[in-house]
Amino acid sequence: MNKTTSMAGSSGNMTFRRSKTRISDKIIPFFLGICAVLTVFTTIGIVYTLLQESILFFKEVPIWDFLTGTVWSPILSPQQFGVLPLLGGTLLITGIAIIFAVPIGLASAIYLNEYAPARVRGIVKPVLEILAGVPTIVYGYFALETITPMLQKIFPDMGLFNALSAGIVVGIMVLPMISSLSEDAMRAVPKSLRHGAYALGATRFEVALKIVLPAAISGVVSSFVLAFSRAIGETMIVTVAAGATPRLTLNPLESIQTMTSYIVQVTSGDVPRGTLEYGTIFAVGLTLFVITFFLNILAQWVARRFREEY
Amino acid sequence: MKAIIQIEKLNLFYDSYHALKNVDLDIPEKTVTAFIGPSGCGKSTLLRTLNRMNDMISGTRIEGSVKIGGTEIYSDEVHVEALRKQVGMVFQQPNPFPKSIYDNIAYGPRLHGIRNKSELDGIVEQSLKQAALWEEVKDYLKRSAFSLSGGQQQRLCIARALAVQPDILLMDEATSALDPISTLKIEELVQELKSKYTIVMVTHNMHQAARISGRTVFFLNGEVIESEDTEVLFSTPSDPRTEDYISGRFG
Amino acid sequence: MESMNLGETKEITRRRRGDSTLHMIFLVCTSIGIVALMALIVTILMDGLHRLSPELFTNYPSRIASRAGMKSPIVGTVYLLLLMAPLSFILGVGAAIFLEEYAGKKRWVRLIQLNISTLAGVPSIIYGILGLAIFVRGFGLGRSLLSGVLTMTLLVLPIIIVSAQEALRAVPKNRRDASYALGATKWQTVSGSVLPSAMPGIMTGVILALSRAIGETAPLIMIGALTYVAFLPENLLDSFSVMPIQIYNWISRPNEEFHDLAASGIILLLIMLFTMNLLAIWIRKKYQKNT
Repeated sequence: MNKTTSMAGSSGNMTFRRSKTRISDKIIPFFLGICAVLTVFTTIGIVYTLLQESILFFKEVPIWDFLTGTVWSPILSPQQFGVLPLLGGTLLITGIAIIFAVPIGLASAIYLNEYAPARVRGIVKPVLEILAGVPTIVYGYFALETITPMLQKIFPDMGLFNALSAGIVVGIMVLPMISSLSEDAMRAVPKSLRHGAYALGATRFEVALKIVLPAAISGVVSSFVLAFSRAIGETMIVTVAAGATPRLTLNPLESIQTMTSYIVQVTSGDVPRGTLEYGTIFAVGLTLFVITFFLNILAQWVARRFREEY
Repeated sequence: MKAIIQIEKLNLFYDSYHALKNVDLDIPEKTVTAFIGPSGCGKSTLLRTLNRMNDMISGTRIEGSVKIGGTEIYSDEVHVEALRKQVGMVFQQPNPFPKSIYDNIAYGPRLHGIRNKSELDGIVEQSLKQAALWEEVKDYLKRSAFSLSGGQQQRLCIARALAVQPDILLMDEATSALDPISTLKIEELVQELKSKYTIVMVTHNMHQAARISGRTVFFLNGEVIESEDTEVLFSTPSDPRTEDYISGRFG
Repeated sequence: MESMNLGETKEITRRRRGDSTLHMIFLVCTSIGIVALMALIVTILMDGLHRLSPELFTNYPSRIASRAGMKSPIVGTVYLLLLMAPLSFILGVGAAIFLEEYAGKKRWVRLIQLNISTLAGVPSIIYGILGLAIFVRGFGLGRSLLSGVLTMTLLVLPIIIVSAQEALRAVPKNRRDASYALGATKWQTVSGSVLPSAMPGIMTGVILALSRAIGETAPLIMIGALTYVAFLPENLLDSFSVMPIQIYNWISRPNEEFHDLAASGIILLLIMLFTMNLLAIWIRKKYQKNT
């Protein structure tokens, strides 16, 4: 912008308007920048809170005991703070969810991408989007009221709260994530590769499995990792349907407790600040945060690392 | 010469658009036949009816008859997979798979049931030799196909098509994305291949048609205007529209 | 010429059978998602439809199932929505404008961007822990509506920023050029030309993010919205409840009557979300031609 000298002779009104513009062009970016930086403070806030309270907790409970202990008994004495039962419960749920959701999600993606007529696609895609928007508490109700009674017909000895039902429903929850992200990745594979394979006499499944899927593998695997991370952080389904029994088990018919449902359980009561119990929220939360953080980084890395150049 | 492809009263519609009108055409075997004509005249569409790649475009409707080796290819007894094995295709843009050079060539034979390693090795070598690429890549068969230049990639795609031992090779403007030297190499290759294969090529480049084809078919607005020996068509076209086109008055 | 075999061979038959088998399998797998959604909706309608009544809107939660309603949670959810909407809109769109229009491609900007995509993957319960430690305890806001609004705003911010950035990026460059060519400043260009063009996309993203927020339960449990609330919040520091929390509360009781009540609450919640989604789709459709 020119110096004011160039404005000599022009009306005062003009000069006033210029300086106003200059202020708005300084202040506004500053304000907008603060909005953006706020997200950084959120991250710092999360890390700071989790670390600060966890450090206090780990002064009382050695971190090694926390990470390797096989008994989680935060209230009943003798108090024991081994996170493995909670971690095991989380992984059991996540494992069931992934075993359920990966094949089905991938098959849906292949179907939508390679087989489905446009009309069917036009119906299935929005349905999957709706499925992705259902609140998790609703899924929790579904697990408890529909899936568990169904499973109890197959396994009559199974209790009301069990890992299997919650795991399957967590799987249903992450299903749209896997199918839509995988389908995006497959759709990004150039048509010319498909045509090349069809022209050699390939059938649709040969094109889908031997050309499209390998070419889209980075996006597909990254969708699995994201779904895995999402399942680990899922809270309400497991709180409602998986029970509250911290137990190190591989039996999906038993009641278990996950890291997330423990956090909900302990905050549902009024926990006084400064107690060991209050500290467990942050120690378990930190564990959860670290795991999902690395999984999300891994997903981004996979998506970039193995990207094919078509 | 014997006609390997016989097309009679072929009409093709994309929804309501009439893309091919009453096409009658015989294509002789072991000859290079070139399809020429302005864009949108139906030459690529006709090429794609010969290996039924049009099947994949929804809303395509076909009337009339297309016979290859005496068999009606749009009849229910014909399986597109078997048809496409006999009628190979090379596309406008080189489209190698994101795999190694070796696996690109072996993809087709494997599809059609060849698993034996030494047999595959033989097919890969022979196909690459036929496509005049063997000397350039024989030491790098495990490398990604994307490491090749554009012209090499296109010859790889030709080798890939030859590896399933087709009788007919369709080339859809296969040199239009390449530099002049690569184009020349592929033209020489086509000359070599015509002794063993029936080659049908769509080209935008009239000089290319004149240089390498034995027969030339001129298309306009979805119709076959003229189908003649190349020398005859270019020297004494019988239809004034053909003459207008080859003398550069339109298109 | 050797005769050509274009029909049936053993090889082709086998492969075709493989293709149609897999086709069936893929179709069945795809329909599992649809069947699950239908089963979910049918269950909830069957359990909850008969409990839908005006009392659900006018009665406060109660220990007696026949008298229980969700007046305070419905009002709580509406308040939460109304307070979050402007706050998250301003902060989210502000950040998006900064990142897209002002920041350029510097290294620290890329870090902010990476940070935002990482935040979008943080489990919602972690935001609850943050809200508990910072807003409830640290700032001393207590288990209040304000704590809830602030926590949920932080939760949806990354989603809003990312979708608003996409909307801004979709604005054609020539709109910016046209404005600059008339002598407009950067902010005049952004506010007068870019933002109006991007607004439908931004609104769609904001509405979808808000609809996700009002279905969230875990973070609000963390900041203590689980308490029994038999009054309507009158100011920002009053305690409050929301619909998903009340639903959770009812589900976790052993009495089946409360489960049906939960189902009727879920019907209301789903209707609300569905309306918001329709609104988002409507906005997208209506303005699609203009942008």
